[in-house]
Amino acid sequence: MSDLMKDLHTEHMVINMGPSHPVTHGTVKFLVTLDGENIVDMKVDIGYLHRGFEKMCESGTWQQVIPYTDRLNYVSPLINNVGYALAVEKLIGIEVPERCQYLRVIACELSRIADHLTNVAAGGLELGAFTAFLYFVEARELVWDLIEMLCGARVTVNFVRIGGLKNDLPQGFQDKTRAVFKECRRLWNDVDKLLTKNRIFIDRVRNVGDISAEEAIAYGFTGPCLRACGIPYDVRKAQPYLVYDRMDFEVPIGETGDNFDKYLVRMEEIQQSMKIVEQALSQLPDGPINLDLPQYRMQPKEDIYHRIDSLIFHFKTVIDGIKPPPGEVYFAVEGANGELGFYLVSDGSGKPYKCRVRPPCFPLTAAMPRLMKGRLIADIVPTFDMINMIGGECDR
Amino acid sequence: MVADLIESIAKIVFVFSVNLGFFAPVLGWVERKQSAVMQDRIGANRADIFGFTAIGLFHSLADALKVLTKEDFIPTGANRFFHTLAPFICLVPAISTFVVIPFGGRYELFGHQVNLVIADLDVGILFVFALASLATYGVVLAGWSSRSNWSLLGGLRASAQMLSYEVAMGLTIIGVLIVYGSLRLTEIGALQENFFHWGIFLQPLGFVLFLTCAIAENKRVPFDMPEAESELVAGYFTEYSGLKFVMFWMAEFLEIVTISGIVTSLFFGAWHLPFVSDQELLSLFQFAGPNGAALLAMLVNVATFFAKVIFFIWLQMTIRWTLPRFRYDQVMRLCWKMLLPLSLINILITGLVVLVL
Repeated sequence: MSDLMKDLHTEHMVINMGPSHPVTHGTVKFLVTLDGENIVDMKVDIGYLHRGFEKMCESGTWQQVIPYTDRLNYVSPLINNVGYALAVEKLIGIEVPERCQYLRVIACELSRIADHLTNVAAGGLELGAFTAFLYFVEARELVWDLIEMLCGARVTVNFVRIGGLKNDLPQGFQDKTRAVFKECRRLWNDVDKLLTKNRIFIDRVRNVGDISAEEAIAYGFTGPCLRACGIPYDVRKAQPYLVYDRMDFEVPIGETGDNFDKYLVRMEEIQQSMKIVEQALSQLPDGPINLDLPQYRMQPKEDIYHRIDSLIFHFKTVIDGIKPPPGEVYFAVEGANGELGFYLVSDGSGKPYKCRVRPPCFPLTAAMPRLMKGRLIADIVPTFDMINMIGGECDR
Repeated sequence: MVADLIESIAKIVFVFSVNLGFFAPVLGWVERKQSAVMQDRIGANRADIFGFTAIGLFHSLADALKVLTKEDFIPTGANRFFHTLAPFICLVPAISTFVVIPFGGRYELFGHQVNLVIADLDVGILFVFALASLATYGVVLAGWSSRSNWSLLGGLRASAQMLSYEVAMGLTIIGVLIVYGSLRLTEIGALQENFFHWGIFLQPLGFVLFLTCAIAENKRVPFDMPEAESELVAGYFTEYSGLKFVMFWMAEFLEIVTISGIVTSLFFGAWHLPFVSDQELLSLFQFAGPNGAALLAMLVNVATFFAKVIFFIWLQMTIRWTLPRFRYDQVMRLCWKMLLPLSLINILITGLVVLVL
């Protein structure tokens, strides 16, 4: 046999997985070297969704960046909105009213639920569990209904403003939330039954894509993928922003960092986020949602049409943009995939001098070769899904 | 002589029209609708003729029209001959396996013996296996001749998987053969007249093993490694389009029917109604005269057989839409380390029990 193997001419197969391949959603290319079914080497080729986000930001006013941030992680755009707005507010040195902070928490958590639902659903789909996929997509549709009710759009929300919000809670939002969460919990239980104790599913994800906590930190993991390794790092707890310190929620962690732990962490975070939304809705104080600082936040239309000073401020903030003092700032929020950071530099003009994003999925995607070398080609499927690379955010 | 000829032609026409004319298109609809029901969706309902949608049934017609007008694409560098041949090698065995499956018993009609099976081979079940293994060549050829890496990987997976599962599948039915002492499917069917002599009661383990192996052999979820769309795009038929693609698709659906037919024949009392023997059935229809009684009994038996077949089709569809997919090495491990030893144990136990009784 060994003689035969020696004489037999074999060579590795180099195969392009992507950019147009069912598993590489988010548009990425894996250059995989295969020995039979085993992965000998893997190169990740990103950048297919590069739009020049950071450069585009420099050509618009500070406020005009917000719609661009919708397109970063397009599965949870509200978190991007909030993250950017908080960074700019930190740069200016202002804090939004309490009601606005609560509403931003609600918006963030709804987005997080939608993101995790999508992620787990896609994981099921790619492993052939099409039914689990559709159950969670149905749940996501319901959450998107809520988001649509809140801000009028389902994906490109453009909801948050620097120093406030586009609008207040609509009528009947609380009742609708209660109904939607009831349905979401039912679907969550269905999927839990379909996947969590399913032997085939466990076999596919257990001990695949595992990484030690030290290595995960070295790679720069954050979010559910880091928590699956057993590190309870969550920006919402570590550096509480908005009113997260008033919320009672837990940070689920895993042990081995394999795909099953990442799945379980995400499933539990869906539950925790629903809890947070319910708490925020019950604690929601009355009051304004916008800052009363006309040089940063537009006055109500009523004033703009009837008061000359409001009109002047409106004109100046629209044409020149708001003018934060010169300086630089880094602010991170807990995105659905991990730490979503904004590094902003202001030169005192109406446009950002620099707007750099720290996308959580960039380091995660960079670890793909480490996670996949020596594994089977089929292991790419659950691992890449649980990494949850979002092209819009990773490539910008 | 003429009567024999007419009988044969009638049976062939019947089986082929049921399989190709009814099951193949309707299964496409069933797959869509059943998955829709399981997933809180509405399912296919848009294709209509003059505003009638017939709950989505016209989609099969629309599909047929679509594939007939599609470009027949052969990639550059592909082996044109084998690329064209492969779908035929897949489809022909899938169609012809049904000839040895009895869909009814023996009846005396107008002084003529009618045996409701196209070819009553004395090696019936072996013929099924022989043809099933031929289909493997179609898949492997399709994977190899497409000159695509994905197809090649799919073809390799298919060859390993289908060959392995044939071994396990062959061993699982040996228990059945020991119990009934025949390879002839009509005889096995006839011996299951008594409800408690059905294969599922005599060979419960054999039934589970056989069904598992049969689904794996048919390459459907959870065993669809060769076409695993999230890993290998579409596996061995990635480079196929139009009619050739549909031939693979039809082969898969016809194999579902064939598997259901074999499972019914071997384990579920073939054409027999539970608790009703052939004699009782005939005496039930005594009022119609001897010929009429035989005819009615025949209809009841054929209907029973196809009802059971439809039940197993439903079961396979439910499994397909419930479970996620195995990984390739797990499928092979399941076959060689679990199903094979279990089927050997099954043979041992069956042998001992038969010896003792």
